[in-house]
Order: sequence, then structure tokens, then C-alpha cells
Amino acid sequence: MMTIVVKNLSKRYGATQAVDDVSLTIAPNKIHGLLGRNGAGKTTLLNLITRKIFPDSGEISIAGQNVMANDMILSQVFHVTEKNYYPADYRLKKLLRWCKEFYPQTDLPYAESLAKQFALNLEKTPGGLSTGYASIFKAIMALASGAPALIFDEPVLGLDAGHRELLYKELIACYSRSPKTIIISTHLIEEVAGILEEAMIIDEGRIVLQRPVEDLLEQSYTVSGEAEKVEAYLAGRPCSGAETMGRHKSAIVLERLAPTAEQDGKELGLEFGRVSLQKLFISLTNSQGVRR
Amino acid sequence: MFLNFTGDKPIYRQLADAIEDEVLRGIFDEESQIVSTTEMAVTLRINPATANKAVGWLVAEGILYKKRGLGMFVAPGAKRKIQRKRRKGFYHSFVLPLLGEAAALQIPVSEIITMLERGASVHDDHSR
Repeated sequence: MMTIVVKNLSKRYGATQAVDDVSLTIAPNKIHGLLGRNGAGKTTLLNLITRKIFPDSGEISIAGQNVMANDMILSQVFHVTEKNYYPADYRLKKLLRWCKEFYPQTDLPYAESLAKQFALNLEKTPGGLSTGYASIFKAIMALASGAPALIFDEPVLGLDAGHRELLYKELIACYSRSPKTIIISTHLIEEVAGILEEAMIIDEGRIVLQRPVEDLLEQSYTVSGEAEKVEAYLAGRPCSGAETMGRHKSAIVLERLAPTAEQDGKELGLEFGRVSLQKLFISLTNSQGVRR
Repeated sequence: MFLNFTGDKPIYRQLADAIEDEVLRGIFDEESQIVSTTEMAVTLRINPATANKAVGWLVAEGILYKKRGLGMFVAPGAKRKIQRKRRKGFYHSFVLPLLGEAAALQIPVSEIITMLERGASVHDDHSR
């Protein structure tokens, strides 16, 4: 089972503590979202996990194998990086065969059928690809690699809406055929919210939250209505992301909505709603933080 | 089946409701097989665990049942069961919001009744 365990992991770049004492257990065979704002430490954390860079301190193990001591286990992980590391003048076709050397389970006919669906010409070279097609090519290699763990760092960079939908569909189809541990790092949260089973939120190099998406959304709600009444309702409740428009106010409350609270609120004429993962993410990683 | 998942219910409940809608409208007949959870997940771009949860919920409700080795089927009597269940919520989900909006627009109840009768006759013509 491809459980990924990170213990007390830290990495500093100059004055920036990119990853700050992170400990996590990433459960196998689930789709995890690594969500963070720009510069939150997403890419650094993923690069540390797959040993593309070395930590200042801390440990990483995958499927029980210490990654530092034994990097063989990394042949079970396909990491789609944000940057392109492929030789610019090799044909994509050749790169796919090359991929099979590293990932013997690579399903070349599947890769070719994916390329056809995305209208990607495999006679091209990485140097001749647009940003979007470079992303598509990397994603195709990952999906076809057969690796039991896939890490996608900003997989839809430069993709148009049609190709993003197609990629999400193929990802789910691939995952349904053979369960995998998948990590998707992205800032396009709304689009992937339905796909994710677990969410990890990283902010300033620290994991501020790791929880099943469904739990997360059930432990928060929006309340809106006349500003004074909303204020009265919010007193003593953990809330975030308050917005006022004229005499109208809305806020996210970070607790489970108790039926009694809902009753009280409705008597005040307030409206209750469900928070989207994106809204919740913004409110949790907002520098103003949570107000009590 | 079109879902936008922005409602005020968890995705699995929205999916379960949408499947119930299809049973109510006879798109999924009783004793017929429904699409696999994999197909739902891929088509709707949702986590397969969510699709499984929706189907599991409908099994617990007695709307679907599993035929070993074949897949998921609509239970006999499912349509009646959904109708009974939803009738209970009809007043809260439809009548009260209607009256709320009508009050805001100052439409008297007598006028609503006239509209309902007019609507019902048009609806009868269509369903004939």
C-alpha cells in the first residue's frame, strides 16, 4: 500500500522557511488535494517527497520504505512536476518509450489513445509544445505509467476548459480501473473539489488542516442576512471570511450547524448555506485568519 | 443527469436525489439496471467514493438493490417509496417558499389558487 508518511520535514531557502516542520500521513488509494496559495510551499513539499530536493531535517517514507535510505521506492511514484525536465529535442514518442524503462508497467497503447483524444502529435518534441500541451504530455505519461502513486503538481497549467474536463475524466477513469494514491496540487480548487476525497491545506510552509473533504464541508456553513442580526448571531462563534454589502452581511462559521442554532437563526430571518471548498480555503488561508 | 453541485447538500446526496428523480420520471424503470458507479464518477467528474456513497445511501433507503455479480438495480416499489418520502417534504420544500415569495410580492392567496388551477389545466393538457 502506497502510504506516504512525512515526519518533521523542514526546508529553508535563505530567509524563507518554505516547509516548516511538516508531519503528515497520506492514506493509500485515495485522491488527495494539496491546496495552498502561491508560495505556500506546495511544490517544495512535493519535491521533497520525491527527493528532487533534500530537506534540512525530517524523514519521508513511502510504503514503509525510507526514501532517504532507499530511493528504489521512487520508481513506484510518478511525479508530474510543474517544470519540464525532458530533453527538448527528443520526439514525444521516444520519450514515452523511455518512460517505460523507468516505469515498466507503462501502457504504451493507452498513452497513444490518450494522445489521440487530446489531439497531441507524438512526433513533436517537448521544445515544440505550448504550455498546455506540455502539461498534457506529462499528465498522459503519468496516467499511462501504471505507477501506484501519482503526484500532480499543477496538472492543468495552460489547459483550456475542454482539455481540463477531459483530463479530470481520464484521471477518474484511470483511478477507477486500478486504485492509486494520488496527490493533486492546484490552486484551481473549484474544479477539483468534487474529485478530491481528502484535502490538505498548506499555508506558509505548514499544514494547517488535513481532513476528508466531506467532513470539512459539513463542519462549516455560511450565514447571511441583515448585518446587525448576523453580527448578533456570530457572537461567540468561530467565523471567517465576513463580507458586508450595504446592510447585508455574510460570513463563514467554522463549526457544525446545530439544528437549534439553525432554528434560532431562521427566527432572526437569517439564511444558511453550504460552503464551497474554495470559499472555505480562501477564508482559512486569509491573513486575517479566524476570528472568535 | 445534470448536476452542478453548488446546492446546499453534500454531493453524494445531490447525486442520490438525481437518481431518485430519474426513477420518479421513469427514466430508470423498476427492476432495471442503473449505470455503474464508475460510469457516474467519470461522467460527472466526481470521486468514485462519492458515487459509491450515493448508491449505498439509496440501497439503505430501499430504492436500489444489488444483484450479485451484475450490478445495481432499481428496487420494485421504489417509485412509490420515493413519492411517499417526498410528499412529506412537499409542504416545506415547495408550499412555504411559494407563500413566502407571494407575500413579498403581495399576491393574495386567492390569486395563487387561481394560478394553481390554471397551471393544473395546462399541465393536464400536456400530460394527456
